[in-house]
Formats: sequence, structure tokens, C-alpha cells
Amino acid sequence: MSIKDAAQAVMKKAVQAAPDAWMPGSELDPLIRQKHGLIGTPVSRLDGPQKVSGAAQFAAEFPMDNMAYAALKYSTIAKGRIKELDTATAEAAPGVDLVMTYRNALRMKPAPPFMSSAKAAGGDDLPIMQDEEIHWNGQPIALVLAETQEQADYATSLIRVTYETEPAVTVFEDAKANAEVGIFQGQPLHVETGDAEASLKSAPHNIDVVYTTPRHSHNPIELHAVTVGWEGDNLRVHDASQGVAHTAWSLAQVFDLAEEQIHVTSPYVGGGFGSKTLWQHHILAAAASKLAGRPVRLMLSREGVYRIVGGRTRTEQRVAIGAQADGGFDALIQTGTVAMGRHNNMPEPFILPAMAAYNSGSFLLRVEAARMDMLSNTFMRAPGEAVGTFALECGVDELAENLGMDPIELRSRNEPEKDPTSGAPFSSRHIVEAYRTGAKRFGWAERRAKPGTHRDGEWLIGMGCATATYPYYRMPGGAARITLTKDGRATVEIAAHEMGMGTSTTHTMVTADRLGLGMECVTVKYGDSHFPGVVLAGGSQQTASIGASVSAAHRELVTELLKVAGKDSPLPGLDADEVIGLDGHLCQSDKPGRRESYVSLMARSGRDEITVEANAPPPLEATHWSMHSHGAMFCEVRVNAVTGETRVSRFLGSFDCGRILNPKTAASQFRGGIIMGLGLALMEETQFDERSGRVMNPSLADYHVPVHLDVPKIDIIWTDIPDPHAPMGAHGIGEIGITGVGAAVANAVYNATGKRVRDLPITLDKTM
Amino acid sequence: MNNFTYARAVDTADAVRQGAAVDAKYLGGGTNLVDLMRETLERPSALVDVTGLSSAITEQVDGSLLIGAAAKNTAAAEHIAVRTRYPVLARAILAGASGQIRNMATVGGNLLQRTRCPYFYDQDGSRCNKRSPGQGCDAIEGFNRIHAILGAPSACVATHPSDMCVALAALGAMVHIAGPDGQRTIDFADLHVLPGEHPELETTLRPGELITAVELPAVPFARQSAYRKVRDRASYAFALISVAAAIDIDNGVVRDMRLALGGVAHKPWRALKLEAALKGQPATPENFLAAAELELADAKPLTHNAFKIELARRTIVAVLAELTGEIA
Repeated sequence: MSIKDAAQAVMKKAVQAAPDAWMPGSELDPLIRQKHGLIGTPVSRLDGPQKVSGAAQFAAEFPMDNMAYAALKYSTIAKGRIKELDTATAEAAPGVDLVMTYRNALRMKPAPPFMSSAKAAGGDDLPIMQDEEIHWNGQPIALVLAETQEQADYATSLIRVTYETEPAVTVFEDAKANAEVGIFQGQPLHVETGDAEASLKSAPHNIDVVYTTPRHSHNPIELHAVTVGWEGDNLRVHDASQGVAHTAWSLAQVFDLAEEQIHVTSPYVGGGFGSKTLWQHHILAAAASKLAGRPVRLMLSREGVYRIVGGRTRTEQRVAIGAQADGGFDALIQTGTVAMGRHNNMPEPFILPAMAAYNSGSFLLRVEAARMDMLSNTFMRAPGEAVGTFALECGVDELAENLGMDPIELRSRNEPEKDPTSGAPFSSRHIVEAYRTGAKRFGWAERRAKPGTHRDGEWLIGMGCATATYPYYRMPGGAARITLTKDGRATVEIAAHEMGMGTSTTHTMVTADRLGLGMECVTVKYGDSHFPGVVLAGGSQQTASIGASVSAAHRELVTELLKVAGKDSPLPGLDADEVIGLDGHLCQSDKPGRRESYVSLMARSGRDEITVEANAPPPLEATHWSMHSHGAMFCEVRVNAVTGETRVSRFLGSFDCGRILNPKTAASQFRGGIIMGLGLALMEETQFDERSGRVMNPSLADYHVPVHLDVPKIDIIWTDIPDPHAPMGAHGIGEIGITGVGAAVANAVYNATGKRVRDLPITLDKTM
Repeated sequence: MNNFTYARAVDTADAVRQGAAVDAKYLGGGTNLVDLMRETLERPSALVDVTGLSSAITEQVDGSLLIGAAAKNTAAAEHIAVRTRYPVLARAILAGASGQIRNMATVGGNLLQRTRCPYFYDQDGSRCNKRSPGQGCDAIEGFNRIHAILGAPSACVATHPSDMCVALAALGAMVHIAGPDGQRTIDFADLHVLPGEHPELETTLRPGELITAVELPAVPFARQSAYRKVRDRASYAFALISVAAAIDIDNGVVRDMRLALGGVAHKPWRALKLEAALKGQPATPENFLAAAELELADAKPLTHNAFKIELARRTIVAVLAELTGEIA
């Protein structure tokens, strides 16, 4: 153990031993008690009109003077070296300004890879166009800059390249021989309590099966794009980003600049899902811009996204559960192997759900990562949980079948009272309630326990359910600035992100409630690396991070206002904890009649505006409480007995995610996650040709995601029970929607047909 | 996309004159050709836009239906004569692509769609005998779930992607062609070819020839016809297996019938063996199954598509059972 690790371990123990009262989240956010504000009311997206009218500008829509368009050429081998590279024809093609290769690119450092430091955003730590080496099939080997996109695209087809190939590991079975335990967030993905293998063997009932899930590629509707330009040594980046501060800092490392010299903005993002971080296109565009002396736009083609933006990796998961006749788990085993790139560290952590889902007498949970010569894999909506719940929740269903027990009953019999692997108390857990209300509404009682017994013509009908779960995270670095102007209006500035989920709208509501202002008096500005805060729109943590940051800044603002209020105000001698905002006033919280309006307070201050900035407290609440979101997923499928085609006919998500801030955008987030889950269950698969390491379906025609006809009516309900230890009582909900869906569908398919498909996606050849 | 010239043809003669240029291509809706040009798989020197030529859909005195090659897919599917006399064609068209694409795509262009084999598309990274004759085929040992099971493919295992063409094959359509040497009419069955050793050749069209119309013969029993497409999602996916069928039953006996398969071969597959086996036989599920097995006896699976043989068998039987009012 290094000195640093030892110091961190001591700190961790000290934090765990500290009283709860010292922790953030020990006191209720006052907004939880407030019942009559905007929170909980359905509010349409404030940016809806801009988006539907086309006025909202995305990264590839910002004009810059004298801008050129870039296109990339990709390698076709998985490992080796460029032998010959002939760019002369491309350089001579109409409109071409520059062909950049390893020969003429700037000297740049590799990007700091994700999780290597607080603001690292890179997909890997490989050199970028610095030498002849090829590290994966699809690596950019040349960038063409031209006057139009069409000219750039065409010129890439004129580049001639040959390679010296070297042996590559592109076959998963080969890679597995050298798999090692994965390290995630600094911890080995290995949990072991008791002797799970022995308990499994001695248990009167058990299942022991293997599930597999394929690679998935990211397909946000907005292609990854940047528009960049240098102003002297300063770099301006119009990006599609879920981490503007991370991207700015990471680009600064690559180009050896100060963080402030890089200005990244991203007002709108057409979907991120974990993919809109820092990839080679940012760096190549900035390098080409420097070399050509003009601004550059680089929007990846759809194929380009498949070639250079990582996706979800493949997994092979053993699930084994030993149980007593009453259903109580003696052993819960979930172990297996995931494929991982050689130059990144993202061992798809599929055991995370099993760490807190059920009581068991013993646990063995372990993820091993097998390094392959492939594009670096990365985060994709609920990394770990999306595929981990598929295996775990199918396993529970298989055990229920084995026990002759209703699967919901089996789950409730193993419901833990505290976190079964950490021992921490749950901050908020109402999953039994979510199952109860969901089952009632879905009509679970109508399910026929015996598979294959419900038929309508050619169609076999079945129902399945599964648990959805995703952790509550809040990452360090949250900070926000609030400016109150003399007309009683407030502006929040925070380097957060709106990727379509409704963040800007929801936090306008929350801030308005906190201040006691109408929404029309509050502006939330975000998506700018020069704003305060390091707020990743990832890990479903942005809601908590913004909430805690604005809460801290709000406290500063109130303190400042009480200072200026002075003795003549109706609020003398009160401190920030004793006042609330209501109807445009600061009020004494237990005597709301004693109040003064913001306009009056500002007039008293004699200032046009007051600006405060504060950091969110360190996110220590998750060290004292086991904090998770939960859900119960219900699915009805129809499987064609002739062709094996599966159609999802009904779906219900019953969620327990703390307080729901904006029911309208929340329902949309949940539905979106479920739809993505239907894709995971039934059709999504990146076809990775193991002979070459090449992705063979890099288009939305060949890589299937659900189309409208694949999506039934999706019913969404929630408990709306606030988490007393979370800001606003709320949890982020961006990812939980996809979890549990694969298992709910697979369990329904089993109920319909009696066929247990353990290998995603559930295509018709597996059910016919 | 390379540079090319573009001109609209004012009439067929003008089109054929312009189409005689080296590497000229006729442009219909562009829903496939323009994609292929973007991928630089097609690099025409000139595009001759033929969407202004005849798109008329005309019932002729001999009972046949003449569909101008420039008719949009949507217009053909919506036409009352197509819907009532050839429902198999209307349904096949509507099973393909999306509403937007069908609004652009033309009947003539549909016939000349190229395969969706991913190795064909992957010009930079994969070998393909169709794209680069003699290069080899990476699909044979690669991802070949959507590939051919019939037609004894060796150099190329690609399938023809069209739905409309499966119905046209079943209906025994005729194809009207104009070219530098004048006009001719061929059987639809003779338009597309099996790959043999020359998968780069996909049709029997001669250089500069233009499809001007598709003629559907009078097939009275086609009023009872069906198209069933089995695929990996509910819409906007190419067929794994599709079946176009029409059947004429007299007293429980098959008097006449037509059946074609999609997703199985380099060309739309008219099931002549099956038809011959069933004609004159009682229309029973057992006979349907036996005929399907006969038709599929020569089917050869690749590494990932063996399921298609069973899927074809089942789908044939189900479609015929549906058309004859039986329950599968």
C-alpha cells in the first residue's frame, strides 16, 4: 500500500466513524418539507420551443469565420504499424486545405483517461496521431480538412494506406485466459463474505447458470461534434458534452495549457448516455485548427461514432444462488469476465446491483477484465447495472421457478434491512412498496405461473418482472454562483449540462422554490466550463450535485442578504437557517409574516446585484448511508410461436427514487431508459468481427435500436417518498430506467414460451 | 462522394441517350444509389434523373397492370388496383423501409437495390467479391445471419434486400426495358441473376439499359394473396425471411398458386418446386410442409443462419395456411 493509499484508507475510516450529524444529508433539505411549491408539478421544458423550432444551436451549428470542415480516415487493422501512407491524391482533391497524419500533427500528450484524476475525461491514454502504431481497428489515421464537408469526406476515400500487422487479441475466448480482477472507483470488484461456493452446494435449492451480453455502441441522435477555433493560445470549443469542466481541463493537459485557456461550452446536447466525454475528435480538431490556422468543425459520421467512441463492453456472467425451501438465500454468486481495452480502465461493474439487492448468508461477487485489442470501452447508461441486473434478476426468476414460488414473493423474502455487503443503513428504500403498487396496477395476479400456457392464435403471452436499481452518487467538485439583481431576479451559473433530460427546467423550478420566486424570475445558466463547479452529467449524479451546490450558494446569498438587512429590517438577528424564501420575500421560517422582499432588501443594500459563490459540501453522505434508487419492472410479451418474433405488449415501471422533482420530464426519462432497455433485451448488438476486431454494423440501419412499432405504451408510477439524506430528497433518475428491463423481458419470454434465453439480445432464432 | 454531372431526362429516348455515357447511372428516388455514392461504393460520372418519366399506373385491356418505373413506392402501394387485385404487392411495399423512404423510392429503382451485406459496404476494411471481383468474401466466415441459404452461392452469399421484388417474383411480373438497341420485355425472373462466379453481376440489364415499367399479368387468384415478412424488429429492418404467396383453391385442391421467398438468395426466389409439388394436391398443412421441405432441400446454411431454413419452412406453411383459412 502506498503512502497515499494508506492516508486515504485512514481518512475513509475516520469519515465512516464520524457521527451522522457531521455528514451532509444529516439535516433535511428544507425543500423536502415544503409542499406547495413548483417541485412535484409537471413543467414543460423551457427550451422546448427553441428545440422544436430549430433555434437551439448544437455543437456543429456554431459558425466561425473562415471555418473548414474535417473528416477522418480510420485504420482497418487491430494492431500493427502504418507501412505506407499516401495522402498526395487527397491533398490534391478539390477544396482540400490540409491532410493531417502522424507525420505532421502537433506534438501532443495523451488525454488523461477517465477516473485517473478528478477532471480527467479521456476515453483512453493512447498517443493521438503521434506515430505509426495502430491500437485498434477503427483508430483515426488521417484527418482531412476541406472547404466543405462533402469535399473532406470524399478526399478521405483517396488516402491509400498499407500496414504491417502484428498479432492482436480480438477473440474474447483467447483474452479470457489473462483476465484480472477489475478495479472500479479505486476498489477491486471483488466482494466475498462467508463460503459462498460451499453454501451453494449444501443449499437444498440452487441455480447455477451463465448469462452473456454483447457489446453495445452509443447512438445518441446528435452525432459527436466540435466546432473549435484558436484565439492566440486560447482554445474555444463548441462541444456536445456531458462534462465541460472535465473536457476543458483534459484538453489543457493535452496541449500543455492552463485550464482557463480552454473554453468549452455546450448549451444543448442531443443525448449523451455516457458517450459525450472526451474522444479523439476533440483533440484532432483542435490540432488541425492549429496547423491550418483556421477554425475547424468536426462532426463524426455515424460510422465514426462506432469507430472512435467507446461503448458498452460484452460480459459473461455466472449467477448462482443457493436457497432454503422458504426462499432465503444462503449463497449469492455473481462472477464473470468482461472485455476491456488495453488503454482504458472500465471493467463493466456488473456486480454493483448484487452488492445491495438481497440478503444472503454468503456472497461471492467478482468481475474480471480481459484486455483486448479493441476500441476502449466506456460508460453507457447504467454501466454495470444495465447488464448486471439482466443476469441477477433472471437468476432470481430461475430460482423462483425452481422453488415454485412467485418471483416477487421470493424477492421480498430476501429484502435486506441494511446494506447486506457494507452493513450501512439504507437512506431510503421502498422497493417492496414499489413492487406492491406495480403488481397491482399491472395485473400481475393474472400471470399464469406455468410457462407456455397462455396463447392467442400464433402468439404466446407471458409476463415477467425484475428489480431495477441504481446507486445514488454525488461526485466531489460541485459549486455554483447565484446573482440576485435589484429587480428581484436570480441567475444561477453552474458548469452543468442539459442533454435533453430537462435539467435546466428542473433546476429552475428547484431554485425558484428555494428562493421563493416564480420561475420567470430565475435563470439557470449551465454548459460553460468557465462557470463554477465540476459537475459531470454522469452516474445520475447531476441532480444531487446541482442541488447541493445551489443549496450551498443559496445559503451564502441569504447570509449576505441578512447582513445587508440590518436592524431596520423585519428580519433582524436571524441567521440563514431561520429564514425561508416565499413569494419573492425572505421570511422568518416559523413566522412567515415577518418578511422583507428581495427587491426591498436589494434597495437597502444600495447595490445593483449581489453575487455569491459556494462549493457543495464533500459528498460524504454515501459513506454513512447506503443510497440507491429502486424500481420494479413489469413486462408483458407476445412471442410468435411460428417465427419466434417477440413483441413487448405492455410495460410498467414502478420507481422508488426519492422525491420526483418534475413529473413530466421524469416520466420521459424513465420511459427513455425503458425503451433503451427494450433495445438491450431484444436487438442491440455491436457486431465485432473477432477475426479483425472490426465493427461490422456501424449504422442505424444495421445496428438495431427500437423503432416506434417496437415500443408499447409504457406506464410509469413512483413512490415519491423523499430520501431524507439527499438534497431536495431527490435522486438522479437518468439511468435506473434501463436497469431491470432486460431481465423483465427475458423473464416474460420464459413465462410465455418456457424457453430461457440467457444470451442477449433475444432475437427470434433463440425463441423459435 | 465523387464529382458527377446531373441532368433530368425529358423522355425515355433522352434518358437512354444520356445514359449511354461511360459510368452514367440512372437516378430514381436515390434512396439506395445516393447512399452508395456517399460511401463511394458507386462513383458514377453522370446521374440521369429519370423521376420525370412515366409514373402512370394503368390497367390495360388484357387485364394486366402497367406501372411506370418512376411511380413512387407509396403510390404503387396505395393504388386501388394494386390493393384489390394484387394485395401481396401492396403489403410487400408497405413492409419495406419507412414512410419517408417509400415516398422517395421508385418502382424501377427498387428493382435495382443492392445488397445490405455489411462486408460489401465496408470498402476499406473487408474483402468482397461483389465489390472487388476475385478479392474473396469475408461474409462466408463472418457475420452472415442475414445471408443466403439458397442458390448455391460460393463466391458471394449476399441476399437481395427488396420486399417489393419478392411479390413481383410471385406474381410473374414482366419488366419493360429501353436501351441503346431499342426496347425489350423480359420475365421478372430473368432480371436478377444468381451470383455464380460473378457476383458483381446482379442483373441481365445491358449497359445503358433503363427499366421503364413493370407489368403485372392478370392473376385473378392474386386477390387472395399475402406477404409476410419476418425480421429482427417490428419495422425498418430487412427481412430474415419473407414469403409472398397467392393461391387458388378449388374444392380443397390447389388449382394454381405462386410463392416466392425473400431474404434467402442473391435474387428474389420464386419457389417453383414448391408450386409444382402443390398444384393439383389437397391444400393441407401436411402437403404445405412437404412442399416447403422440397423447396428447401437444397438449402445450405452458413455459420450464423441455419435458423433461416427452419424459419422459411415455418413461414411458408403459416402463410399458406392463413391463405387457405387453416390454422397452423
